Amino acid sequence: MTETAALVAFEDAVRRYEPVIGLETHVELSTASKMFCGCPAGFGAEPNSSVCPVCLGLPGSLPVVNRRAVEYTISIGLALNCSIATWCRFARKNYFYPDMPKNFQISQYDEPLCTDGWLDVAVGGRSVRVGIERVHLEEDTGKSQHVGTTGRIHGADYSLVDYNRAGIPLVEVVTKPVPGTGPLAPEVARAYLAELRDLLRALGVSDVRMEEGSLRCDVNTSIAPPGALWGTRTETKNVNSLKSAERAVRFEIERQAAVLDGGGRVIQETRHFHEDSGITTPGRSKEEAQDYRYFPEPDLVPLAPSREWVEQLRAALPELPAARRARLQAEWGLSGPDMEALRNARALDLVADTVAAGASPADARKWWLNELSQRANAAGVELGELAVTPAQVARVSELVATGTLNDKLARQVIDGILAGEGEPDEIVAARGLAVVSDTAALLAVIDAAIAAKPEIAAKVRSGKVAAAGALVGEVMKATRGQADATAARELILRRLGVSG
Amino acid sequence: MSISRTEVAHLARLSRMALSEAELDHFAGQLDQILTAVARVQEVAAEGIEPTTHAAGLSNVFREDRLSGCLGQLAALDQAPAAQDGRFRVPRILAED
Amino acid sequence: MAGGPATDSDLTRLSAAELAAAIAAGEVSAVEVTQAHLRRIEQVDPQVHAFLHVDGDGAVRAARAVDERRAAGEPLSALAGVPLALKDVFTTVDMPTTCGSRILEHWRPPYDATITRRLREAGVVIIGKANMDEFAMGSSTENSAFGPSRNPWDLGRVPGGSSGGSAAAVTAYEAPLGIGTDTGGSIRQPAAVCGIVGTKPTYGGSSRYGLVAFASSLDTPGPLARTVLDAALLHEVMSGHDPMDSTSLNAPVPPVVAAARQADVAGLRVGVVAELGGEGYQPGVMARFADAVGLLESLGAKVTEVSCPHFRYALPAYYLIAPSECSSNLARFDGMRYGLRAGDDDAASAEEVMSLTRAAGFGAEVKRRIMLGTFALSSGYYDAYYGKAQQVRTLIIRDFNAAFEQADVLVSPSTPTTAFPIGERVDDPMAMYLADLCTIPSDLAGNSAISVPCGLADEDGLPVGLQVMAPVLADDRLYRVAGAVEAALQQRWGHPLLAQARGLTERIPAGGGPGDD
Repeated sequence: MTETAALVAFEDAVRRYEPVIGLETHVELSTASKMFCGCPAGFGAEPNSSVCPVCLGLPGSLPVVNRRAVEYTISIGLALNCSIATWCRFARKNYFYPDMPKNFQISQYDEPLCTDGWLDVAVGGRSVRVGIERVHLEEDTGKSQHVGTTGRIHGADYSLVDYNRAGIPLVEVVTKPVPGTGPLAPEVARAYLAELRDLLRALGVSDVRMEEGSLRCDVNTSIAPPGALWGTRTETKNVNSLKSAERAVRFEIERQAAVLDGGGRVIQETRHFHEDSGITTPGRSKEEAQDYRYFPEPDLVPLAPSREWVEQLRAALPELPAARRARLQAEWGLSGPDMEALRNARALDLVADTVAAGASPADARKWWLNELSQRANAAGVELGELAVTPAQVARVSELVATGTLNDKLARQVIDGILAGEGEPDEIVAARGLAVVSDTAALLAVIDAAIAAKPEIAAKVRSGKVAAAGALVGEVMKATRGQADATAARELILRRLGVSG
Repeated sequence: MSISRTEVAHLARLSRMALSEAELDHFAGQLDQILTAVARVQEVAAEGIEPTTHAAGLSNVFREDRLSGCLGQLAALDQAPAAQDGRFRVPRILAED
Repeated sequence: MAGGPATDSDLTRLSAAELAAAIAAGEVSAVEVTQAHLRRIEQVDPQVHAFLHVDGDGAVRAARAVDERRAAGEPLSALAGVPLALKDVFTTVDMPTTCGSRILEHWRPPYDATITRRLREAGVVIIGKANMDEFAMGSSTENSAFGPSRNPWDLGRVPGGSSGGSAAAVTAYEAPLGIGTDTGGSIRQPAAVCGIVGTKPTYGGSSRYGLVAFASSLDTPGPLARTVLDAALLHEVMSGHDPMDSTSLNAPVPPVVAAARQADVAGLRVGVVAELGGEGYQPGVMARFADAVGLLESLGAKVTEVSCPHFRYALPAYYLIAPSECSSNLARFDGMRYGLRAGDDDAASAEEVMSLTRAAGFGAEVKRRIMLGTFALSSGYYDAYYGKAQQVRTLIIRDFNAAFEQADVLVSPSTPTTAFPIGERVDDPMAMYLADLCTIPSDLAGNSAISVPCGLADEDGLPVGLQVMAPVLADDRLYRVAGAVEAALQQRWGHPLLAQARGLTERIPAGGGPGDD
């Protein structure tokens, strides 16, 4: 069903209405085996080849909990400042759908493993605390491919189902509603997702690739006039990137404002986000709200993580992104805005790796934010997609610091790296880019320059030391920029019998 | 507690069973009788009594994160009513999940 | 064996312990034993209908393997070479597994149940899959989609259910051993009405992996046999922790075989459960039960009466909990991946095909329980029905705990009546459910219980079972008591109870060979 939604311009909408957002994120864990059986959790080649009686839900099969999946979930909860349950159970979520082999999903209902935490995100110079309602553990479903005329469900003739992904461990992270973000709501949604993704990556519990589906997000949006009770929220699915999250929230605010302006009521519904157009459309309406008939999973026994176990996991947590950023900021002596600039340019890790490879923070920043950013923009790619590594940048920086290269030559070395000519040192040698500081060689070039520009030489002899610059220029030209300019200047002055 | 034929029809729909009219008539009377009998549990005063889902009282039963043998595609599809391209072929699905 | 080669009648009348000993001693081969039982099945099963599938070739192959091991001097397990009827609810890779249902009529599982695997490893010969009430729901085996099994004592009567096929097979000498499952009484009640021994071990005592689930928190695999010792031997072979089943107990199997041999009740405190008897119970059943209690006293037991007040609510609680779990467990049968698919005409939707498949594939009792369970779990009803039932369950456990402070074992009749006629209760679910009155409390609490024959009812000359209940993991106490009762009664009668089964000898032709009765 297509709908040409009326929209209120965003700035206008957020001036008159206050948005509240919430996000539900599903994370595929990177365990070796599935949640309840020993089938491989990695991507299988052939369809239905990574399956067994348990994940196929064959009659008589029984689930057994993957310990590592529980550990990963607790770690995620701890990193999100949650309380970890002392006793909780899995529950069956009952509904019929061909991609669910048992026609129920083993999940958690009113007893999630982790509750009541938070994650701080930085947006527009502010810190926003996003509350975390719960983190729980469940199993993923199989995948169906709809075959027919349109390729989407409506109009399909039949479906083909592959259960390789059935039973993959999934962690669901649900935020509390986030009010008070006003016009920043879309960016907060995006920033939260980015921060969560970075955190999960740092924990090493998931590949967190939104494009591949190992991180999936639904975004909830509602608006209400200032001071009024929160409005009816809609849930938007098919949000497949950080940018989409931002756009989806933005669109929903605009759309819902138009509905309320027109005297209507926002319908509580699930909507579908369209990447190409940036709009949301209503999902297929359901006759009645789904009653999943949750009850405690009788084939599994309760989870009762001991406090010792939880503390072990807490002690084993790696440095989390926020803490790492704070540490780097202090180490590098940067201001808040400087750090945010690095994050926005997605240069933070690149700079950190470059510093780790030996460059100074200032040099590393300079290279990535200036020279390399220009190159990236010119090529139309992300900074991280440039064909140069932090180690290589660090080496170039070192060569400059030791005088082997000057800035101009260094840029040529970068050219060579991007062109795939090899490592910095190889390029310097192959292209003959080393700074010429050999005195004898230099003197020869200098004498030639003096001979070519006698009038300038005379000026210098007469005391106009500054004029030596032109002779330096000549020397640089003659050496194709490879002369050590400072050394050249000194030699020129000495040659001309002047002290500079 | 009495349960109407409409409610029985609803339960049949919820549990994906296409019962005939005759079956619905037949079951409605029986279910009504059974429900009245089982509703007797409500006579028991049970404030503060924890429900038991597992008599055995076990907890923390795990398996290690290791691989074990899979069935293989042939065995997995062997009993399928319909299969195509290594997948289970099922009729067209109406509802979005 | 005296005289010439063992006759079929000789071999099929032996106990499992005797057969195993004879095989191990080389007196008879496992193949001969299996073939004798296959012939017996051929003769009597057309009337008894205990089996849904008999695997003659596979059984002989398995028997031959036992003979070869013996010939090679390898040690044999306690039941090697003994034939067994396996309830068709356990997966077997080489035989269909139908659960008594049309929806799985031709299903060949790609994996063996843990119990199946353990039997095979022990050299037990799985001679066939036994008939059962569909998906273990019933007390008479009349809910089987493939026709009922018949009680060998009287072919016009039910053998009990849901493990009626396994019980009938053992009773009719088609196999000395059977395995059933007990969720509401489905091993003990058939054992009682067939005059044999049946045990519901402590829940979690043996693995449910490969046992097609009816009610997950209640289903318990257990042994059926003609003697207490045989049941104990099988109990031991099939039990033990299984890492593939999260609900299986990681505890040693109680010393049931030693207890069966000890069979001594002197000084044992026996509690008669007041709530399990009286109105609604057949007088002949109560009479034999009273006799059994008197017998225990004469053997040195200390008998008292105990009260378990919440047992009155056990039946309603069970008929909420079991259907709730089964409504979810049976959701997977939808025609998409295996089993029956109905109504797929390339135009119908998946939802329609699922609904048509389930309507065509499930019988009436299964449909009733699925709807009942769906109701009890529905939002708005959950607390008053399923939730309340689970609270009642807690109270029943507490009743047991209190009772077991006063008594080492509890006793009651196994079921209120003797075997009822086929067709009598089939259209009256509530009447059918009453058969489980005595057995259900132990299913809810998860403790162990046994039914051992204690005589024939005066009214109809049909078997009556004595139920003995013991605390969790005290399964051995069951065998002490059952063994004592069995020994005392056999001494009193001069023969085992089954020898009185005229139906078995008159209407069913006995095996060939001289010396038959």
